[in-house]
Amino acid sequence: MQAAATRSIATEMTYREAVREALRDALRRDKRVFLMGEDVGRYGGCYAVSHGLLAEFGPERIRDTPLSESGFTGAGIGAAMAGMRPIVELMTVNFSLLALDQILNTAASVRHMSGNQFGVPLVIRMATGAGRQLAAQHSHSLEGWYAHIPGIKVLAPATLEDARGMLWTALQEPDPVLIFENVMLYNMTGPITADAGAVDIGKAAVRRAGKDVSLITYGGSLWKTLEAATALASEGIEAEVIDLRSLRPLDDATIMQSIAKTRRAVVVDEGWRSGSLSAEVGMRIVEQAFWELDAPIGRVCSEEVPIPYPRHLENAAIPQAPKIIAAAKAVLARR
Amino acid sequence: MSTSSDKPHLTRDHLMDLLRHMIRIRRFEDKCAELYQQEKIRGFLHLYDGEEAIAAGVIPVLEKRDRIVATYREHGHALVRGVPMTTLMAEMYGKQEGCSRGRGGSMHLFDRATNFHGGNAIVGGGLPLAVGLALADHMQGNELVVACFFGEGAVAEGEFHESLNLAALWGLPVLFVCENNLYAMGTALAISESETDISRKAASYKITSESVDGMDVVAVEAAARRAVHAVRETHKPYFLECRTYRLRAHSMFDPQLYRDKTEVESRRKSEPIARLRQWLETNHMVHPEEVARIEAQIDAEIAEAVAFAEAGTWEPVEQLTRFTYADAVAPAANR
Amino acid sequence: MAEFRMPSLGADMEAGTLVEWLVKPGDLVKRGDIVAVVETQKGAIEIETFQAGRVEKILVALNTEVPVGTPLAEIRGDGEPAVVVPPAAPVPLAAPPLPPQAPSAPIRVPASGARILASPAARRLSEQSSIDLSTVKGSGPAGAIIYADVAQAGAAAPPAEKRKAQWLDLGAMRTAIAAAMTRSKREIPHYYLQDQVDVTGCEQWLTEKNAALAPDSRLLMGALAIKAVALAARRFPLFNGFYLDNRFSPSQAIHVGVAIAIRGGGLAAPALHDTDRCSLDDLMSHMRDLVQRTRAGRIRGSEISDPTITVSSLGERGVEALFGIIYPPQVAIVGIGKVVTRPWVIDGAIGPRSVVTITLSADHRVSDGHAGALFLAEIGKLLQEPDKL
Repeated sequence: MQAAATRSIATEMTYREAVREALRDALRRDKRVFLMGEDVGRYGGCYAVSHGLLAEFGPERIRDTPLSESGFTGAGIGAAMAGMRPIVELMTVNFSLLALDQILNTAASVRHMSGNQFGVPLVIRMATGAGRQLAAQHSHSLEGWYAHIPGIKVLAPATLEDARGMLWTALQEPDPVLIFENVMLYNMTGPITADAGAVDIGKAAVRRAGKDVSLITYGGSLWKTLEAATALASEGIEAEVIDLRSLRPLDDATIMQSIAKTRRAVVVDEGWRSGSLSAEVGMRIVEQAFWELDAPIGRVCSEEVPIPYPRHLENAAIPQAPKIIAAAKAVLARR
Repeated sequence: MSTSSDKPHLTRDHLMDLLRHMIRIRRFEDKCAELYQQEKIRGFLHLYDGEEAIAAGVIPVLEKRDRIVATYREHGHALVRGVPMTTLMAEMYGKQEGCSRGRGGSMHLFDRATNFHGGNAIVGGGLPLAVGLALADHMQGNELVVACFFGEGAVAEGEFHESLNLAALWGLPVLFVCENNLYAMGTALAISESETDISRKAASYKITSESVDGMDVVAVEAAARRAVHAVRETHKPYFLECRTYRLRAHSMFDPQLYRDKTEVESRRKSEPIARLRQWLETNHMVHPEEVARIEAQIDAEIAEAVAFAEAGTWEPVEQLTRFTYADAVAPAANR
Repeated sequence: MAEFRMPSLGADMEAGTLVEWLVKPGDLVKRGDIVAVVETQKGAIEIETFQAGRVEKILVALNTEVPVGTPLAEIRGDGEPAVVVPPAAPVPLAAPPLPPQAPSAPIRVPASGARILASPAARRLSEQSSIDLSTVKGSGPAGAIIYADVAQAGAAAPPAEKRKAQWLDLGAMRTAIAAAMTRSKREIPHYYLQDQVDVTGCEQWLTEKNAALAPDSRLLMGALAIKAVALAARRFPLFNGFYLDNRFSPSQAIHVGVAIAIRGGGLAAPALHDTDRCSLDDLMSHMRDLVQRTRAGRIRGSEISDPTITVSSLGERGVEALFGIIYPPQVAIVGIGKVVTRPWVIDGAIGPRSVVTITLSADHRVSDGHAGALFLAEIGKLLQEPDKL
């Protein structure tokens, strides 16, 4: 293999490795970047994302923290305010609740509240989602809650390219960016070009073109939605799959363009149904594309229960391809 | 006037400076009370009467490039730090000429020019922020001190413990100044802390801790000089507990049912301004006429600040969402 | 003289009750002195004066609740310059933010008895293409009409179908007819002509023609008359078009409106498009379809608005002559009476002939009797050669 000609050659990588590459790339390129969180250093990261980084970059830049979510998230905020580019890793969105005060009342608010004197260029990464039988306290999908907060940006990389490329772009933002990595994606393997780099963070992506119904989703649910779309195709239903990628801000234009074409929508969201991000997406469709619709908007969300431990109950609680297929057919009035 | 000396230089001029700082705070607060009752200042108003010695004793010891994090009872700190009284008063009124564009009000005074990183309405919310600022300074080799002011009420919050632990663990240059006025809103220290000796708590995190009479401005300054010097030399945090007393209510709308009037009156006898003044007069270092002159000058400054605020303008409603995020180079839709 | 007012002590304080005065008139007070006690929802709070001077007058009795800002006492200043602070300027009311997308005006649904389920997209399309939703069959969820259904209906005539639902709101129709006829009589100066036409030849021709046809494709006299009117209208354009804005616009196309009685007392006169170019067979089948649909309440909007001239016939149960009222903005209406057998003179001899009286009511702003007579005569002439229709 000629090294010079391998620029566009694809290599196999896991989502985890893609995130690690993104971290490594950022740490190398910008001295202000450092990673801070529980077990990111010596342990190598709860999900092995930061494995090997401590050895490569040292303890000043890969900082193990005590179990002090509020403390070290606030520290990340302060460090960002004073010129660094910290990446705070909150082990999971479940524990992020302990840092919610710092995220909302300081990080998201300071710029507006101080009259634009201080900004917080902070990136916070969190694992999210259910599927590993980790039971109620370890299985939340709260991206939708965070997407409610003005002053921050919220991203959900679902593909290798996005896992690899969103981080650097997020680090360039002058305001806080939250990146949610679905736990079920870390092991996902796929091809990625060797020179894959930074990607945009404001636009949704049409992952599959179609004309009969728009399936709108993000994060871990993307792959189930694509699976559903393939199954639908075998029955003559061509679904268009939209990966939101950015949950705040939402890319209305891409969504409405799709609705104008298909006239039908199903939103797939791993959050609990009531007051979820799917409600926001649905409402925006009603606001902006009401006259394009041929059917009520459908959605597939998590059942409104604390996520239970046994596999069959957990599977029943979160979105799955069969439910997505059924929802798509329902808006097409087919059985 | 700050010097790098770790001992106060008790010249007459210096003592007059301290007195002036304290009187200026007292009369500013008094005017705020008056304006609040006339509904010119709205929301919550927390006044510093009785605690002036702490701001006046500590802040002039800091250098211009050092950083300050404070609480919602921060008018005095801002004044001593050099935030112009005009912009402070305009901020109280909510006018856009205020230091935070009028958006923060009494509890959210920010001033970038003087590295004043804000008032904060979340008790304990500023401590992780201070740790982060110090972390950035440490990593960037800035050789700065971050002075973090908070009340003894914050000691009950988890963030207090997380922050002290982090600062000690990572060796960060934070000067923690606890303004112990014995009441967290309406709850006395004795009924909220099992261990009421606060400097002992800090010491348990292996932080050098000191307790000082917060009603004695000279003692406070002496302690502050020791502390700041130690932080600069050792690059380690320092904890200074200043025992003080709040002569006014917690905020304007507080009938003070939780403490006895006689207690307040007896404390008033040893309040810092009266104390310093008495000492100066007893030692023939000041003439009552001089004090009257100082008061008149300050009153004139206050009148000017009030006029400035009165003449100030309201931020146009169209600007409401501006600076939720930083202005983009190309104007972007605010979401 | 300065006023000591009830102070605002908190964001949510609107009023307070004075429960104790700690000074009385004549007392000297300085800035910061506690002068009274106010009872609030949180408890009793001591209030201070920011004015120095002598208490002149107490203005409010004890134990009365007064709003924040109410003057409680007068204090005469003691040489100290009062800081005159102008009253608070009103804070500009926030204008409610504009919604990101103003919703478009709701689609007007045609008056009907039963609610029609149709998607927003379908409704918009039906309005745009003047397709009556009640004539469209729905294939969407819950049987709702969707966009594709309407698009399809616009492309082809929908299959004739009996509808159980009563579409016809005859009350509304009568009102509409009344309005149109009143306007016609008020605005259009009608003149009337009549002519008797020997249609024996037509009858014979029809008998021959229909012998070979199935009953439901047989031609009727009415079709011959309508075709004759249409062909005559080609030669006499003053009777085919619209009078609008004080001007007559002759129509290139000829769409004869056929007056159709509806059971229950209604009347409609929808168009047979391009009547002059239709073959008789087509004309007949269109007429049948039109009658059926009209009586079932399923005419299209374009059929109602397109006629350029109207023909009205009461058929066999009618009268010898009928003089119609012009449907504005048309300018003529031809009335066909019933066929009667009359003694007639042919080649000098008297014999029975089938005769029908044809009338013309026409708009005198557009044509006069001379033209009308020629027009009517032309119709009669055309009916002498039915095989050429």
